[in-house]
Amino acid sequence: MYQTTYVRASSLAEAANLLRDNPDAKLISGGQTLVPTLRQRLARASHLVDIVHLAELRGLTLEGDRVVIGATTTHAELAASDLVRQRIPGLAHLAGLIGDPPVRHLGTIGGSIANNDPAADYPAAVLALNAAVHTSRRTIGADDFFTGLFETALDPGEIVVRVSFPIPRRSAYEKFHQSASRFALVGVFVAVLADGSIRVAVTGAGPCVFRATSIESALARSFTAEAAESAAISADGLNSDIHGSAEFRAHLVPVLAARAVAQAR
Amino acid sequence: MAHDGIGARLPRKEDRRFITGAGNYTDDIVVRNAAHAEFVRSPHAHARILRIDVSAALRAPGVIGVLTGAELADDKVGGLICGWMIHSKDGSPMRAAPYAPLARDVVRYVGNPVAIVVAETKNEARDAAELVEVEYEELASVVDPAAAQAPGAPQIHAEAPGNTIYQWALGDKGAVDRAFAGAAHRVEVDLINNRLVPNAIEPRAATAIYDRAEGRFTLYTTSQNPHVTRLVLSAFVGLAPEHKLRVVAPDVGGGFWSKIFIYPEETVCLWAARRLGVPVKWAADRRESFLADAHGRDHVTHAEMAFDASHKIVGLRVKTIANLGAYMSTFSSSVPTYLYATLLSGQYDIPAIYAEVDAVYTNTTPVDAYRGAGRPEATYVVERLMDIAARRLRIDAAEIRRKNFIRSFPHQTPVIMNYDTGDYEASLNAALSAARYAEFPARRAEARSRGKLRGIGLSCYIEACGLAPSQAVGSLGGGVGLWESAEVRVNPVGTIEVLTGSHSHGQGHETTFAQLVAERFGVPTDQVSIIHGDTDKVQFGMGTYGSRSAAVGMSAVNKALERVEAKARRIAAHLMEAAESDVELKGGEFVVAGTDKKIAFANVALAAYTAHNLPPGTEPGLKEGAFYDPVNFTFPAGTYVCEVEVDPKTGAVEIVQFTAADDFGTIVNPMIVEGQVHGGLAQGIGQALLEGCRYDRDSGQLVTATFMDYAMPRARDLVSFNVSTTATPCKTNPLGIKGCGEAGAIGSPAAVINAIANAIGVERIEMPATAQRVWETCRAAQAAVAAQ
Ligand SMILES: Cc1cc2nc3c(=O)[nH]c(=O)nc-3n(C[C@H](O)[C@H](O)[C@H](O)COP(=O)(O)OP(=O)(O)OC[C@H]3O[C@@H](n4cnc5c(N)ncnc54)[C@H](O)[C@@H]3O)c2cc1C
Repeated sequence: MYQTTYVRASSLAEAANLLRDNPDAKLISGGQTLVPTLRQRLARASHLVDIVHLAELRGLTLEGDRVVIGATTTHAELAASDLVRQRIPGLAHLAGLIGDPPVRHLGTIGGSIANNDPAADYPAAVLALNAAVHTSRRTIGADDFFTGLFETALDPGEIVVRVSFPIPRRSAYEKFHQSASRFALVGVFVAVLADGSIRVAVTGAGPCVFRATSIESALARSFTAEAAESAAISADGLNSDIHGSAEFRAHLVPVLAARAVAQAR
Repeated sequence: MAHDGIGARLPRKEDRRFITGAGNYTDDIVVRNAAHAEFVRSPHAHARILRIDVSAALRAPGVIGVLTGAELADDKVGGLICGWMIHSKDGSPMRAAPYAPLARDVVRYVGNPVAIVVAETKNEARDAAELVEVEYEELASVVDPAAAQAPGAPQIHAEAPGNTIYQWALGDKGAVDRAFAGAAHRVEVDLINNRLVPNAIEPRAATAIYDRAEGRFTLYTTSQNPHVTRLVLSAFVGLAPEHKLRVVAPDVGGGFWSKIFIYPEETVCLWAARRLGVPVKWAADRRESFLADAHGRDHVTHAEMAFDASHKIVGLRVKTIANLGAYMSTFSSSVPTYLYATLLSGQYDIPAIYAEVDAVYTNTTPVDAYRGAGRPEATYVVERLMDIAARRLRIDAAEIRRKNFIRSFPHQTPVIMNYDTGDYEASLNAALSAARYAEFPARRAEARSRGKLRGIGLSCYIEACGLAPSQAVGSLGGGVGLWESAEVRVNPVGTIEVLTGSHSHGQGHETTFAQLVAERFGVPTDQVSIIHGDTDKVQFGMGTYGSRSAAVGMSAVNKALERVEAKARRIAAHLMEAAESDVELKGGEFVVAGTDKKIAFANVALAAYTAHNLPPGTEPGLKEGAFYDPVNFTFPAGTYVCEVEVDPKTGAVEIVQFTAADDFGTIVNPMIVEGQVHGGLAQGIGQALLEGCRYDRDSGQLVTATFMDYAMPRARDLVSFNVSTTATPCKTNPLGIKGCGEAGAIGSPAAVINAIANAIGVERIEMPATAQRVWETCRAAQAAVAAQ
């Protein structure tokens, strides 16, 4: 790791100021992505601004027809939350599939979506459930948040504070693990929102999470596994690597969508 | 007193310290004023070094020194060696090229060490290493063994034209040709035995100290055989004479052979400690382990088997290209030859076998032995052929094996080995009944109703362990003897220390070797210490690999124990005024047969040291040593049955049942044996399903250089194993032990692949059987069925 200075922020405002004053500073939340990249010297930071303990970023509450989750909520907290398990079972299930126990007990939802790894799980839930990302400056809708490979709509110095999920009628997540990293080779989140609209989000398959509109329209006609599986996904522009070709990933999307439909509660 | 002798299921004595974090590993050893090393490594697969500029690095904070191959040559430090001479079939010696610990003119693989940076802290060493400027001229590279010999392939070493190290053969070609000509049936297969990265949990490490006052080195290192390390570093590398070099291998966290070899990094640290006048510490990070630990396997094979009309095998012909990487590592040449082709007879009575092996250089990390070493590759060839033959000849996979088993012993195979004993039908029957083989069709039908393809696969493996009779090793080109040594010291109070030349890095010697002592002297195992891994304490020994510790190491201990017992008996008889022949050792006491006269073993020990009343002419003390040289290899064997379910829509393979029936001869501690089998199976299943080391063909970069891309088996990839043993005690060592450390890794890959092929209904699927491969194979099989 390159030399860095660790600062434990005492408030959200202080964290924001530190980021403003030090352009090469980085937020650290669970550290499950950042620390390995720092240790391998793939990234460097003048300061590490720790926000994981800040009260403003914590909490897991029901607010009307939404479940609101603080940015520093760990994957394990979310997976174990009765509130999430009852209201958005697909999301709780997804959190329990991330990494291994140490990762789940340290890694956070804010860190995961800010990082927007193309194979990360949460982006599929955020996009399919049409969540809203509340930051230190504004609120960003799910359709606008994930902008590309490791890219989000966050501006430099902008901090994810909480993520608010509308409670769906039904949801489910199907993940096909990449055998080495156990990230998603392909992950498909299927949601039927309160207004009856259907959203299907796909992670792992492309450079950035995306909505599978062909499956969404098939499911709008008939919300069945068969309908999902019969929808085709083009391999054009999908990821191809030693773990799976674009064709294999394209093939998996409807198969997993069908399984998610069968699971959706 | 609880039985804690041979056969007792004792918990491991060493586990408390390991589980509570109290182990003492190389990197835990604190040395005053130690500096830290970082290696500058080649980023290219093949390049000429035009210039190395270390001036900026030397000026960096905390830097003590930066050394390159030029200084190494100035100090006349020798190159690393391959200790096993192989001759090609035309009689010419193998074409081994020099292996410099720091590359000077040309780098030949990604990760090839070029310089060492030594600084006060590890981070400063890393910072400075980034400042070492190396100017390279990139050269074309080749990573694929099947492409290495092609005309026009990049030349890696001038010494090895066509990148060919040797073209070796074993067996009778004429006999095989005749067998094939007259055969009723022939089957053939093309196989790739996939390249693996060993990935011991503890990365390699070294702490090197030079004592100017004594002119003496100490090297703490992650080694499976510290004496051999010392021998090579003194006799070949020439760093110090043996008595001026102490090598200590303290607790070592796994090896699987990868910590046998004498590597550049440890060698360079030792030299740098003297040259720079500071102790030097180095510990690999995981990425370095991927790049710099010798890899395993990497064979490309074409094999053919011929049968007569009654389905008896009449001949086997094998052609293998073995990738040895960019340099020849310590034992590399022996692995695809004498550890491989000599096992091609498997458990079967095969009258004629001919094997040809070409070993090639490529621009990849050196390849050497890895758990099983040659024997998994042989088992894979034979057991894949048996399954394909059963399918083609439309007979049951168990029946074709049964029909061809060797049934009388000793059995001389056409490929050197002479099997002393075995009962292959017993382990086959045990495995089939434990696996409920007969009821498999019902399980397959039930799986099909769930949309899953269920398959079953057998593997009847054999291996040669107990490495190895020294004279045989010498006659086949080995540079060392493979005996083992022991010393047993009985202390005046009756506690016992056993010094062994073998080395535990997960095998549990501290428990099993103590059980051997407990069995003989009736002392509880907690009064026995096993000392190993330090050349200053222990007499010369050969270390641990090839499942040799129990079969060879314990046989040496047994010999020393016999000598101790003989002397103790003499003293006991004298003290009890009885004839030696009337004195028996029972439950820790010497008793005079037919009387109530007895004396505890501990009291005899005390008498030996007080020396007040010893038989005339008897020396004081109670300590004996022994060297044991095996007269033959041992031949563990068994049957594995794997059952899988394939999801044809995703290609996911789930292992739903795995049954092992092994014949290891005498078993000292069943719990440890089961643990060894479980670990071996995990690694073998890892090879079959998950682990695939991949290089980019164009750039020669290692693509799978982290755990993000190289899939190690996890608990969730496995199933609760059903393991059992049958026993035909080894006839050629005093304890009847055959060895168990590698069996799991040797036998299981073929069982897994046979099961997957059976599930899908195809002959061929490559390792690792990844989801995509399995999915594609299912699709092709469906298309073929549809076309019919
Ligand atoms: C072994 C292993 C396995 C894993 N497996 C999976 C998996 O299967 N699926 C999966 O989805 N993920 C997986 N991960 C990643 C894991 O989920 C991480 O926790 C997550 O990607 C990042 O969250 P974090 O809290 O650890 O963030 P950190 O590592 O602390 O930060 C990540 C990035 O986000 C920024 N950041 C952090 N918090 C905020 C914030 N509140 N606002 C703005 N920017 C912020 C940081 O500056 C940094 O750039 C795995 C990680 C490991 C080590």
